[in-house]
This record gives sequence, structure tokens and C-alpha cells, in this order.
Amino acid sequence: MANPIPLRTADNATPDAVVEVRDICKRYGDVEALRGINLQFERGKLTTLLGPSGCGKTTLLKIIAGLVPATSGQVIVNGRQVTGPGPERAFVFQDFALMPWATVLRNVAFGLELKGMPQAERHRIARHYINEVGLSGFEEKYPHELSGGMRQRVGIARAFSVNADVLLLDEPFSAVDEQNRRKFQEDLLRLVDKERKTFLFVTHSIEEAVYVSDRIVLLSPRPGRVSQIIEPAIDRSAAPDVIRRDKGYLDVVEEIWQGLRQYAE
Amino acid sequence: MHMAASPQKVGATGGAGSGSSSIVETLADFARRRKSFWVAVSLAILFTAWEIAGRVPISFAFPTFLETLSALIEMALDGTLLPAYFITFQPLLLGVAVSAVLGIGLGIAMGLSDKAEWLLAPVFIVLQAAPMAALVPLVTFVYGIGLVAKTLAVIMLALPVIVLNSYKAVRHVNPSLVDMCRSFQGTRMQQIFKIVIPDATPVLFAGLRLGIAAGFIGVMLAELLITPTGIGDLITYHRSVANYAHMYAAVASIIAVSTLTLAALQYVELRFLRPEKRRK
Amino acid sequence: MKLFGIKIPMMTSLIFWALVWEIVGRMDVIFLIPPMSSIIAAGFGLVQTGSWQNATLITLRTFVLGMAMAIAVGVPLGVAMGRFKIVDNIFGLWVNMFVSAPLSALVPVLMILFGLGETTVFVTVFLFAVWIIVLDARAGVMQVPPSLIEMGRCYGASRFTIFTKIILLSALPEILAGIRIGLIRGVKGVVIGQILVSIIGYGELFELYSRSFDMERFWALTIILFAAAMVLSAVVEHFEKRIEYYAGAR
Repeated sequence: MANPIPLRTADNATPDAVVEVRDICKRYGDVEALRGINLQFERGKLTTLLGPSGCGKTTLLKIIAGLVPATSGQVIVNGRQVTGPGPERAFVFQDFALMPWATVLRNVAFGLELKGMPQAERHRIARHYINEVGLSGFEEKYPHELSGGMRQRVGIARAFSVNADVLLLDEPFSAVDEQNRRKFQEDLLRLVDKERKTFLFVTHSIEEAVYVSDRIVLLSPRPGRVSQIIEPAIDRSAAPDVIRRDKGYLDVVEEIWQGLRQYAE
Repeated sequence: MHMAASPQKVGATGGAGSGSSSIVETLADFARRRKSFWVAVSLAILFTAWEIAGRVPISFAFPTFLETLSALIEMALDGTLLPAYFITFQPLLLGVAVSAVLGIGLGIAMGLSDKAEWLLAPVFIVLQAAPMAALVPLVTFVYGIGLVAKTLAVIMLALPVIVLNSYKAVRHVNPSLVDMCRSFQGTRMQQIFKIVIPDATPVLFAGLRLGIAAGFIGVMLAELLITPTGIGDLITYHRSVANYAHMYAAVASIIAVSTLTLAALQYVELRFLRPEKRRK
Repeated sequence: MKLFGIKIPMMTSLIFWALVWEIVGRMDVIFLIPPMSSIIAAGFGLVQTGSWQNATLITLRTFVLGMAMAIAVGVPLGVAMGRFKIVDNIFGLWVNMFVSAPLSALVPVLMILFGLGETTVFVTVFLFAVWIIVLDARAGVMQVPPSLIEMGRCYGASRFTIFTKIILLSALPEILAGIRIGLIRGVKGVVIGQILVSIIGYGELFELYSRSFDMERFWALTIILFAAAMVLSAVVEHFEKRIEYYAGAR
């Protein structure tokens, strides 16, 4: 099929891999969730794990985070094998995972609090990132006083404040309404550009994946395997509204949909 | 008497609203806005029914509401009620305090450790479902009829429910918050003290309230069964001399006191744990 | 718990505790704790006596009657409270108060009103069980999803049909949960009532055995009672699980 977008199927080693996933398999009892996953993630890039529900994309992300042990295979981050959570990785949760009894400030500073950083210092850092995600003035509010979108901004600020190299985002915008979601995607791109970190992003929205990603890993379900890797080379210097109407953007969305439609019920 | 007070308040709120509405409408409007109105109505209905039933009378041993009320006031003024409560509250407070410390401790241990769960959970499941009252006579064999025996009776009834609620509270802690703490390399201790216990607090408090309610049942059982003291003595004594109004007053007062205690605890809980109580 | 990779069922720890009891009993530490084996032996002897059978019959009769009354009153009242604001406003205060009130203090009042007999125990069972049944039935009715009721109206169901086929069925899981807790409370009620009245049923037997320091029979009776309470609660729980599937899908 002729395609105007330069698509590349990349499975060979990349030079500057921060995260390397080698032969990961995961079984839950008799259910095979993931089979033979091999992936590399480059520094400063945003990679999306995309697939239908049940393809194990969240499981893979949690294995990389060290929250879930793999049945076999290895995850290597910065040249060291992962045995559990580590300071070079930070996780953003689908359900935000904010402590309802703590203020925004304490929630954002929580990662630093656990490291034993003095209060004044961790609050200074937390305030910086609260400002960065656009929540200035909400430091003393409690999570239940914020909208879904604002809560996830707290979750993202918390992940940034520990200064990890790798950010793992598990469907971070799935509980956010469509308008805020678009704003979020634009903010995320700005942060990727600014912070120069490695982002691993899980979503089930094709449009979202194409809009934010440097690279998209398509997973197929039962058991989860890598079915395709797509690099949508979209000019991100253009205005968001222009991108969303760009022919290249729309073609990639269509291409992915053609690959995934066989899994739709 | 409660009814007499409400029309005046209705007039005040009705005036602030629409001027032309009828009394029925303003009354309905007031009832919607003020919960206290329904508390008054509901109290008035029961007290009126009580008064009528007492006047019929449905039984020679059924005093009217007003007789009971005056007996209560009499006991409050002649200095029998307060000392009785002083005596009743000693085993109650001691027992609830011991049950709370021990129960929350054991419950959290069971929630955190599989071994503690295996060893203790079945025992407390049985003890909570079982009629522990049957064992109250036993404590008198060992500890006689004093404060220790009564305190033990309170603990026997209050402890299982506090243990099981604390255990459930810990087991139902939001797993996503625990994952979050792990992802930031929180230690096991940090996980327990910064995530598990704060997240379990509302359910711990609910268990405490149930424990106090059970403790009241226990202390009354002890005072009626082991040896008459405190409020139990008032009930037993006035029953033996056929002074039914006083007996009813003592029973009604202990029920009212337990209700107010539980309501006060809930108020404290809502007030100091406000951010998390508003979740959901 | 897992031991050497094998999952050990939780309730097996009761066997462990029974063994501990047996050892403590054999060591003759205190007359209160006779060996478990002799308690069980006494239990087999006990169930053959006429006094136990008679007491069981009385206990069961008052319990069943009290529970039937509590369900017959509690469920309709709870449903009415869930459906009609005015009923809720009038009864809410009392139901919430009595559900956690020290009802043991009320038994002496019942004793003078209804005499030292089965009626008092029957009323005690009713009073212990009814309030939680009311509260749970109310909660069940109140959390029927409005969209289900709207669906019924869209397809032209009458008010009566909506009530019987949507509201009641939808509230069934909560109603059953209330009845289960009510049963457990009812067992406590029947024991507290009988112990305080102390001349009928198990209350009389407990009084008899504890006065004569017949600890084997005392514990045998206690274990029978505890086991009955557990079995009862397990039976209703099993029944609840069978309808849980649609409570979960809601």
C-alpha cells in the first residue's frame, strides 16, 4: 500500500536506548498476558504502547516500572537490570493515585518526602512543578476539590518532581473529558520538549497516540505481542489545530485503525 | 411542645421567601430546608404515641411519657443519675480503650501479615458472629463481680468487631496508592504509616463506632447479669420496687447517652478527617 | 497463608487453636478450660438429653418467630423509607438510633411487659434484628439506578410493575445482606434475652451449668451455639453469592 508518510518498521537496536525490554513474558496462572516482548526506548523520545484492551500494555508498563514481576525476560534501564521500582523511573497512574487526605502540595512532594528530603526543599521543588503544570494557587487544595483533569496534573507534577529519567504514563488522560484531554496532549508535548526525558505512554486512543508520539508500538491481544512499530513523522512545530487536520496525521490514524480493526468486537 | 416552637420559625423563613404562599407551602418549604424540623416531628410523634399508650394504659407496668420524663428529671436532680453514670462509664471506657488499642493493633497486623491473618482472622470471625453474651457469666468465676469482670465483659463484645473492621480496612486500602508508594521506592514502614494507615482511617473509625455500640451492650449486660451497679442498678432497683417510671427513665437515658456518644464521635470524625470523608 | 508453597485454607487455624485448647486443658491450668476432647464428648452426651432438646426447641421457636416478624416488618418499612421521603423523615431518626443502641438495657423493660417467658425472648430477637434489616432494605431501594426506572417507564411499565420487577429485584442483594446481619444479631438477641430471663431455653441451661461448675457441658453448649451461628451466616452468605452476579453488574 502506498503511503505518503515515511513509515519504518524498526526492530533493530537503537544507539541511545535508555530502556531495553528483552524477551519479556508474563503469565497470570493459565492466562498468557505477554509473549516475547523485545523493545528499546530512546532518550528524549515519547513512545506509545497502543492496543485494544487485554493486549497487556499496562502490564508491560508496570513490568518496566518494577511494580509487577515478569515471568521471564529482563528489563534494563540505564544499563542496569530492573528488580523493582527505582529512582530513575516515575509512574503516572490511570486513577491518579492521589492521597485524599493530603493537599496538592504534599501530594506533589510525596516522592521527595519518601526520600527523606527536608520539607522546605521538597516544597520548593513541588511548587516549581505545580506551577509548571499550571496549578499555581491550588497548592493547599485537597484532591476532591479538583476536577479530573487537574488531579492528573497533580499526578504528573509529582512524577516530574522526583527528576527521573524515564516517565511511565499509564492511560493518564482516560478519566479526563475530551476538551481537557486535547489541552493535556498539547501540554504534554511542551513538557516532552522542555524536560528532555524518556516518556513511555500507554493509551487506547489512536488519535492521542498519533498526536503525541515519536514512535508507536502496536500490541496485539491474547497473548500480547508486538505487532507493528510506526513512527509518525509529524511536524510538531505547526499549530495543534493544523496538525489535527494534516493529511499525514490522518493517514497514520487510518493506517493504525486498519491494523487494529480485526481486534474490534 | 416541639410543634409549638416550629410555626414561629416557619413564619420567619416564609417571610424571607415568597410573601403570598400559604402556611402549608411554607411549612413544606421549611421541612425541606431544615433537618431539625423532622427530628422534632419524629420525636413528637413517638412521645405522643408513648403518652397515649401510657394513658390507656396498655399495661400496668407502662408509665406515660410525662411520668417517665418527670422521673428522669427527679433522678437527675436528686443526685442518683450522675453517680450511676460515673460507675457505668468506668468499665465502659476502660474496656473500649483496651479494645481500641488491642483491636486496631491486631487488625492492622492481620491486614499486613498473611501469617497473622491465618492465625487470628478465623477466631475473630467466629467471635464476631457468635453470641459472646453467653460467656459473660464465666468471667465472674475468675474475676468475681468487680470492675475487672465488667471491663472484660465490655472487651468481649467490643474487641471482635474492632479487630475485624481494622483488618478489613487494611485489606481494602486502595492498591493504586500502595503501587504509587512503591513506585517512589517507599520503604515498607513508609508504606504502612504514610499510605495504609491514613487510607484505612475512615473504616477504622467506623469499626470503633461499632465497638463502642457493642461496648454499651456489654456494660449493660454486665450490670444486669453480674451484679447490679450504676445504671443497671437503677433499672434493677426500680423494677424490684415497681417504680416503673424511674426504671423506664433509666433505660431511656442510657439509650439516649449511647446515641449521643456515637453521634459525637461521628461529628469529631467528620470534622477532623474532612478531606477524605468527602471522597467518592 | 502459604507454607512450603502449599496454600493452607484460613479456617484450618481453628484446628490449631482447638489443639492449643486441648493441651492447655490437659495441663489442668484452670478448671474453666477442660480439654477439648472431653468438651466434645460432653457435647455428644448433651444432645441426647431431653433438657437440651427441649431448650433447643424453645430457642429455635422464639428465634424463628422473632426473625420472621423482623423480616416481615423490616423489609416493608425499609422499602417504604427508601421510596417515600416522609416515611424516611419520620422513622429515620429512630431506626438509626436503635440500630446501635444498647438493647440489652431494654430487656428488663420487656420482662415486666411480657413476663419471664418466650414472648420476651421473641420480642428481644425482633428488636435486635429488625433495625439493620430496615436500614439495608432502605439503602438497597435508594441505590436502584435511576436509569433502570427510566428504562421501565420508557417501555411503558406501570408503576406497580416498576416497583415489583425493577425496584424490589434491584434492591434484593442489599435486602439479603440486611437479613444476614439481622440473623447474626438475632442469634445474639435470643441468647441475651434468654440469659437475662434465665429460666427458659439455653439461658436456663447456661445458668444451670455455670452454677454447678459443669464446664464441659457449658463449653459444649457454647460451641453448639457458636457453630449454629456460623452455619446460619454461611448459608445466607451462600445464597447471597448466588445473586451477587447481578449486584456486580450494576
